[in-house]
Amino acid sequence: MRNITKTFGSTVANENAQLDIYRGEILAILGENGSGKTTLMNMLAGIYYPDSGQIYYDGKEIVIASPGDAFSYGIGMIHQHFKLVNVLSAAENVALGLKEKGRFNIKKVAARIRELCDQYGFELDPEEKIYNMSVSQKQTVEIIKVLYRGADILILDEPTAVLTPQETEKLFRVLRNMRDAGKAVVIITHKMSEVEELSDRVVVLRKGAYVGDVLTKDTNAEEMTNMLVGHKVTLEIVRPEPVNPKPRIEVKDLVVRSEEGILKLKNISFTAKSGEILGIAGVSGNGQKELLEAIAGLQPVESGSIRYIRDDGGSDELVGRDPYDIQRMGVSLSFVPEDRLGMGLVGSMDITENMMLRSYRRGHTFLLDQKKPHSVAEDVVHDLSVNTPNLETPVRRLSGGNVQKVLVGREIASAPKVLLTAYAVRGLDINSSYTIYDLINEQKKQGVAVIYVGEDLDVLLALADRILVLCDGQVSGIVDARETDKYEVGMMMTRLSKKEKEA
Amino acid sequence: MGALASLGAFLVSFLPRAVAQGIPLLYGSTGETITEKAGNLNLGIPGIMYVGGISGVIGAFLYEQRLNAGAPVNAFLIIMIPLVCSLLGSLMMGLIYSFLTISLRANQNVAGLSLTTFGIGFGNFFGGSLIKLTGSEVPSIALTTTSQYFSKKLPFADNLSWFGKIFLSYSFLAYAAIIIAFVTAYVIRRTRIGLNLRAVGENPATADAAGIPVGRYKYVATCLGSMIAGLGGLYYVMDYACGVWSNDAFGDRGWLAIALVIFTVWRPDLSVFASILFGGLYILYLYIPTGTRLALKELYKMLPYVVTLVVLIISSMKKKRENQPPEGLGIPYFREER
Amino acid sequence: MREKVHEPLFHIVKRKSLNWYRAWGIRILAILIAFALDALITTMVTGLNPVGVYGAIFKGSFGTARKFWVLMQNIAILLCVSIAVTPAFKMKFWNVGGEGQILVGALATAACMILLGDLPTAALLPIMIVASIAAGALWGVIPAFFKAYWNTNETLFTLMMNYVATQLVAFFVIVWEVPKGAGQIGIINQSTQNGWFPSIGNNKYLINILVVAALTVFVYFYLRYSKHGYEISVVGGSEKTARYIGIKVEKVIMRTMALSGALCGIAGLLLVAGTNHTVTTSISGGRGFTAVMVAWLAQFNPFAMILTSFLIVFMERGASAISSDFGLNASYADILTGVILFCIIASEFFVNYQLIFRKKERKED
Repeated sequence: MRNITKTFGSTVANENAQLDIYRGEILAILGENGSGKTTLMNMLAGIYYPDSGQIYYDGKEIVIASPGDAFSYGIGMIHQHFKLVNVLSAAENVALGLKEKGRFNIKKVAARIRELCDQYGFELDPEEKIYNMSVSQKQTVEIIKVLYRGADILILDEPTAVLTPQETEKLFRVLRNMRDAGKAVVIITHKMSEVEELSDRVVVLRKGAYVGDVLTKDTNAEEMTNMLVGHKVTLEIVRPEPVNPKPRIEVKDLVVRSEEGILKLKNISFTAKSGEILGIAGVSGNGQKELLEAIAGLQPVESGSIRYIRDDGGSDELVGRDPYDIQRMGVSLSFVPEDRLGMGLVGSMDITENMMLRSYRRGHTFLLDQKKPHSVAEDVVHDLSVNTPNLETPVRRLSGGNVQKVLVGREIASAPKVLLTAYAVRGLDINSSYTIYDLINEQKKQGVAVIYVGEDLDVLLALADRILVLCDGQVSGIVDARETDKYEVGMMMTRLSKKEKEA
Repeated sequence: MGALASLGAFLVSFLPRAVAQGIPLLYGSTGETITEKAGNLNLGIPGIMYVGGISGVIGAFLYEQRLNAGAPVNAFLIIMIPLVCSLLGSLMMGLIYSFLTISLRANQNVAGLSLTTFGIGFGNFFGGSLIKLTGSEVPSIALTTTSQYFSKKLPFADNLSWFGKIFLSYSFLAYAAIIIAFVTAYVIRRTRIGLNLRAVGENPATADAAGIPVGRYKYVATCLGSMIAGLGGLYYVMDYACGVWSNDAFGDRGWLAIALVIFTVWRPDLSVFASILFGGLYILYLYIPTGTRLALKELYKMLPYVVTLVVLIISSMKKKRENQPPEGLGIPYFREER
Repeated sequence: MREKVHEPLFHIVKRKSLNWYRAWGIRILAILIAFALDALITTMVTGLNPVGVYGAIFKGSFGTARKFWVLMQNIAILLCVSIAVTPAFKMKFWNVGGEGQILVGALATAACMILLGDLPTAALLPIMIVASIAAGALWGVIPAFFKAYWNTNETLFTLMMNYVATQLVAFFVIVWEVPKGAGQIGIINQSTQNGWFPSIGNNKYLINILVVAALTVFVYFYLRYSKHGYEISVVGGSEKTARYIGIKVEKVIMRTMALSGALCGIAGLLLVAGTNHTVTTSISGGRGFTAVMVAWLAQFNPFAMILTSFLIVFMERGASAISSDFGLNASYADILTGVILFCIIASEFFVNYQLIFRKKERKED
C-alpha cells in the first residue's frame, strides 16, 4: 500500500500511509486508538475506498472497490464488530456470499467447517445460531468464514479485546499455525504485550501516518512506545491520597438478571467511599455494565440492596427507584456509558442541548431554560478544549475524543457526589486521556466517590485506590491498588482468586 | 345431518369467494415479503397494486379497441398484452422506489407513502380519463372480452362436485399466486440466493463484507416484489371485477397485504392460507344476517382490520427471535457510515 | 486473479454540513425541476403550452375571491393536520393514522351536533371542542400505548386504526342517515345552524384559518421552547439516552401521541363545524397521508409547513381546475403532487451526500 489518504469529512484518517505485507509472517499494526489502523485495513478489505493512493499485489497495481474484490485477492478481514447475521446459523453465515458451483447444500458447508475446525483446533457447532453464541465463538465463526474462502491474507482487528487470557492464548496458537501454513496474518492492536508475544514484524502508525517498520526481535517495548507516541512519556499518573474517606455507596448481595434471563451479577457486595477511586477490572462483558446501570437505576435488580449513605450518616435505598428519582433525592450519579453516543448523548442535538439533558427539568415553568446550559456548554468547551466549530454543531459531527469530553464534562458539571465512569478514555489520545484522569482526580479531591471501570490494567493500577475485580458476574476480589500488581489482577480476572481456590 | 349439510353448502359458496378475495392480498404480501427480506419497507405497495391494475387495463383497453375495429381475437395476445403492461407498470414503480431509497438513501416511509399517493392517483386518473384521452365512444371501461380469458377456469371444474368448486374453480392468475408464494418461500429458506437475501435484509454491512452485492439484491428484490404485487391489481380488475375498472374500488387491499406480511411472520407459504382467511374476513359481513339493521354490516366490515390489530399486538408481545422483522428493515444502507 | 478492474467513476461521501441557504437552494431547485416535469406531463396530456399550464393552475387556485378563500381554507386544514403529526414524527413515531384521528374527531363533532342539536351554539361549541379533542386523542393514544409497552409497529397500527375509524363513521352515517335509505347524513342543523362556526364578517372560513394559525404558533413554541418539546427531541434522537437521563419514555410517547391525535381531532372539528357541516367517510380526503409529506418536506418546522402545505394545495387546486376544464379525472392532482414529492425526496440526497469523482492519478511520481 502506497501513499494512501482517506478523509472523513474534515477528519483525516490516513495520510500518505504505506505498508507491506509478506506471506508466512505475522505482522502487527500498532497504533493508538484513532491512529487510523482500522481505516487503513478497511481499505484493504474493500470496506472503504481510498481518496488517493495505490495498492499493489505481487508487484501489480490493483483496485479494491468492494469486499468481493478483496476476496478475489485472498484478503479476509475479521472486524472488531463482528459482521455476522444473528438469526442465521454459523454455517449459514459462512456460506453468505459464496459463489460455489452446484446446488446449494448447507450440510456440505457444515462438513467443511468441521474439517477446518479439526485442522486448526477450533471448537464450533456449525448449526448453532449466532445469537446463542459467546463472543469468542462468534470470533471463531468470523475466522472460519475467512479461512473457508481460502484467504491468504488474514487481517484481525483487535481480536483480543473481548477475550479472556486463555481464549487469547488459544487464538494465538491458531494464528501461529496459520503463519506456519504460509498465510500472511495481520493483527491490529494497541497492546504492546501482544506485539512482543506474537508478531514477527511490527508497523507503527501515528495520527494516520506511517511511522516505522521494524522486526519485533530487533526492538523493545520502549522503542515501540516512542514510535507510538512520538516522544517519551512518563506513564506516571498522579494518585493523590484519599481525603477523609467515608462509605458513600454500599452494595449488598446484588443480583441482576438480563432480559433474556441470564444471571449477570451474582451476589455482588462492596462499598465505595467518598474521596476515593474504586477501580473495576474485568474482561469486558463480565457484569461491569450491569453493575453501573444497576446503581444508576437503569437496570432492574432482582435482589439485594444498594444504599446511598448521606453526609449525616443516614442512608437511602436506591434499588427500585428510577434514574430521575435517584437524581432528585440529592444523589448525583454521573455515568459515562460504554456506548457514548447511543446512551448519554443525542447525536443530532448540539452541545448546548446535550448539556441540558441533565438539567432541563430545573425550574417550575413549562418552558425550558436555555441560557444556563449555554454557559455550561461554553465552559466545558473551553475547560476541556473541545475541538468544535461552534456550540451549534450536532455532537454527531464531532470526533470521538471530543464527544467523550462533552460527555465527561457534562457529568462533572452536574457536581456529583458519586461519579460512575465506564471506559472514560476509550478512543481518546494520550493527551485527552490525561485530561480526563486529571478531572477524575480533581473530583476525588473534592470528596466525590468515583467508581471507574477501565480496560487498561496499567491505568487502573496507577489511578485507582482500590480495585474490584469482576469475573463472570461475581466479585473475585477487592485489592489495594498500591500493593497489587498486574499479574495478580490478571489472574483474578480469569477466576483464579484465592477465595475461589479455597472453595 | 341437516346442520352439516347447510354448513357444507355455506362452505361451498363461501370458500371460493374468500379465495377470490384473498388472491390480491396474497400477491401483495408475497411481493412485500420479498421486498422486506431485502430490508426495504415498501409502503408504496397499495399504489403499486393500483398501477399494476390500471397498466393492465390500459393495455387491454387499447387491444380491445382494435378488436372492436374488427380484428380477430388472439388468445395469446389478449393475455400477454395486459400481463406485460401490468408487469412493466409495477416495475416502473419498483424502480422509482428503489432509486429513491437504495441509490439516494431516502427515507423509506416517505418514499413509500409518496409512491402510494402517486400510484392511486395514477390509477384513478387513467381509470377516469382513459376514455376521454383515447377519444373512444364507450360509456365505461368494461373489458369483458379480456376478462373472459383471464377468468377462464380449469376446463373440468364445473362438472365436478363441491371439490371442484372449492379447489378447481379459479383462473390461472389465482393458481399462479399460490405457486409464486410457495416458490418464494422455498427460495428464501432453502437456496443460496435466499440466504444472501436474508443477510442483506438482516445486516447489510455483513452481507457487504461477505461480498454480496447489497445494492443489486435490494434493487432486484424490490422490483420483483413490486411486479408480483402489481399482479394482484391485475387479478383484481381482470378476474374478480370481471374487467370493469371503477375508481377506488380496489380500496385498502394494499395496506392489508402489508399487514399480512407481519401476520405471516415473513413466510409467503403461510400467507397462502392467511390471505384466504383475510379474504374470508373481508366478505364475512355478507354472510352474517343483520335483518333490517343494515348499519351493522358496516361494523362487520371492520373485522379484517381488527383482526390485524390483534395479531400485531400479540406478535409484538411474544417476541420470538425468528418471528421478528429483518433487523435492517427501514434503514438505508451506506457502506461508509461510521 | 483478476485483471485490472475498472476504477469506479465516482463514489459517495457524506457531507460535513451544508449552509442552510445552500440546502434550501438544492430543495428549491428540486421543486423547480418538478414544476417543469409537471408542466411537461400536462402539456402531453392536454396539449396546453407549458406557460399556459401554470396560467391555468394559477387561475384555478387564485382565480376568484371564492377560489382564493377555498384555497386558504384547504391550506389551513392541511396545515392543521401537518402540525398535528409533527410532534409524533419528531419522536420518530410514524403516525400515518392522521386519517383515522381526523375521522373520529369529525364523528364526535357531528355526534354532538346531532344528539345535542337543540342546544344553542354558544353552549354546544365547547362540548363539540372537548368531544373532538378527546376522540382524536384517544385514537392517538391507543397505538402509542402498544408502541410504548410492547414496541408494536406503529405504522401498521395507525394505518389499521384508519379503517376502523372509517367503518365506525360508515356505521353512524347509516344510523343517522337523513332521509332513511339515503346513505348520507346531509347538512346537520341546516335550519338552526346550531354548532356551526360563526362567520367573521362575511367570511365563513376565516375562523378556521385563525384557529390553525394560532395552533401553528403553539406547536412551534411547544416543540422549540417547552420541556415537553425537549423531551420529544431526546426520545426521537436516542431512546437509550432518554432512559439514561430518566425520561419516562412510555409516558412521553403516549403524551405526544395524545397531542397529535387531539390536533387531528381539531382538524375534524374544523371540517365538520367550520366547513362541511356534515360527516362522510371521505371527509379527511387523504390529508392524514399528505400531511406526513408536508411535515417531512418542511423538516418538521411548523412555519415552513405553511409554505409546503401551500405548495401542495396550490398544485392540487390548480390541477383539479385543469382536469375539470379538460374533462379529466380529478386524481390528476395526485400525479402532479407525486412528481413534486419524488423530486424533493431525491433532493435530500444531495443535501446530505456528495459525489466525488475520482481523478486519475499519475502512477509513481
